[in-house]
Amino acid sequence: MSTAIEFDRVSKVFGSGTSRVEALREVSLSVQAGQIHAVVGCSGAGKSTLLRTVNGLERPTSGRVVVAGRDTTALSGKELYAARQQTGMIFQQFNLLSARTVYGNIAYPLRLAGLSKDAVLDRVEELLAFVGLTDKALSYPSQLSGGQKQRVGIARALATEPQIILSDEATSALDPATTAEVAGLLQRTNEEYGVTVLLVTHEIDVVRDIAHRVTVMDAGGVVEDGTTYDVFSRPQHAVTRRFVSSVLRSVPDEGALATIRRVHRGRLVQLHVEDRETDQPFLSEVARRTGVDFDVVYGGVEELQDRLFGSLTLELLGEPAAVEAAVAQLRVSTTVVDLDAAAPPAPSRALRLAEEVAVGA
Amino acid sequence: MREFDLETFLPRFWQALGDTAVMTAVSFVVAGVLGVLLALWLYASRPGNILENRVVFAVLNFVINLVRPVPFLIVAIAVVGLTRLVFGTGLGPLPQTLPLSIVASVAIARVVESNLVAVAPGAVEAGTAMGASPARVLFTVVVPEALGPVVLGLTYILVALLDATAVAGALGGGGLGYLALNYGWARFDYTVIVIVVVTLVVLVQAVQAGGNLVARRVMH
Repeated sequence: MSTAIEFDRVSKVFGSGTSRVEALREVSLSVQAGQIHAVVGCSGAGKSTLLRTVNGLERPTSGRVVVAGRDTTALSGKELYAARQQTGMIFQQFNLLSARTVYGNIAYPLRLAGLSKDAVLDRVEELLAFVGLTDKALSYPSQLSGGQKQRVGIARALATEPQIILSDEATSALDPATTAEVAGLLQRTNEEYGVTVLLVTHEIDVVRDIAHRVTVMDAGGVVEDGTTYDVFSRPQHAVTRRFVSSVLRSVPDEGALATIRRVHRGRLVQLHVEDRETDQPFLSEVARRTGVDFDVVYGGVEELQDRLFGSLTLELLGEPAAVEAAVAQLRVSTTVVDLDAAAPPAPSRALRLAEEVAVGA
Repeated sequence: MREFDLETFLPRFWQALGDTAVMTAVSFVVAGVLGVLLALWLYASRPGNILENRVVFAVLNFVINLVRPVPFLIVAIAVVGLTRLVFGTGLGPLPQTLPLSIVASVAIARVVESNLVAVAPGAVEAGTAMGASPARVLFTVVVPEALGPVVLGLTYILVALLDATAVAGALGGGGLGYLALNYGWARFDYTVIVIVVVTLVVLVQAVQAGGNLVARRVMH
């Protein structure tokens, strides 16, 4: 797989003196061609600034941004305009031209590229069909819904057949149903045209649904980077855990635990569920071997990028010694968080996750 | 108070209406061209724009602010020397288009510039991101996006011009203002004043309605 965008120690400083803000601190990152690469982080983390260095809307204070083998930070004038024509961009507020029709908006980049009138017409018709807005060609942006506007935005970004689409919070101004629809369209764009999508968002649902890879940013730096599966199933950084826990609800929070305990007085343990290589039923085996009964009281398993992961909370019932043995045997097969232990064992990753959720972070 | 004599009044009225129309139309066209150019120059020389130039921006800004607060009457008197030099006389509707054009130009420059500046930054950013040069962004994004409010602004100025022609008329330009002052006010003929006022009201309404119509066509 080749690299589509390479950020090489990119820094960006805004202002000076007391108003000096370091928006980006030596960010190095590779975006692979043909992938949907999400950059997540809280507002002010620097993710939009990073995105905007790709097409030169923002000039890094230092560092290089290599797109298709060329350092975009070194481009200016006509070279820069030409490079921008080869990079599509979609925006949170859509940024359509209100004085032009849907047709005119999508035709705009094609006219910039110098296409003939007939070629523009053909291409716009094709794009309108792709985004499902053929009947809206002569409407003005003010006559469209938010989702329709963003579909026009996507069609416009795709017009010149770019290799890269930059998506700057493209779904953040949309309601959940429309967000899913627009995210789906981005995914279809990636799959059908093989376009690399660099997607900046604070909406973790969108990342889970369509991203192949995730970079987590905090305070201008990269704190975590990996495949979506890895980042979601084994989040390392506190910021990542906070994001991930907001969409994965398989781990009970304090309130849920209290509800569970009203009925379930046995020992509560929380198991980490991951893709496994065998279909060996370790739960029932452990139960049979130790003579302990168990009940599933909470949990969920999700599918992500064709792999499974999640968490199950079990109530173990039996002799204290047998229960202890069962917990020990479960630990052989997976990560276990003992929710009843007075002094928790060596803080596992999952425990830290549980704590994070419990304090409502 | 004398009897109102329609027969002597009507020719004067048509003459005055014509003079007002000439003064308004000529100065509006001249000021429209000058004012829009001035606005584009002002906008382009703003910090961060294509022809970014602090000195030019400051000077243009100062000149516009210098002329704008001065009442039209004072401007017309101040430039009367220039008017005589250019037209050979200060009397008649055409010479008066000079001060009218000066005042309207700076007003149009300011109104148009304000509307260019007010164009959504997102639209400008989209144009830039699509690879349009700054000049192309100005003429294919900023100007079209600002057109609706610009038309309304120009309509406002056209009405103000109509208003100013009354003063120009009093200074020797002729027109409806002159008619009202010399045949109405000076001769205590309120019928003339009423007719002039009604005519002006009708004209203003017509201009505003026309402006609204055009603005609706270009705004979406």
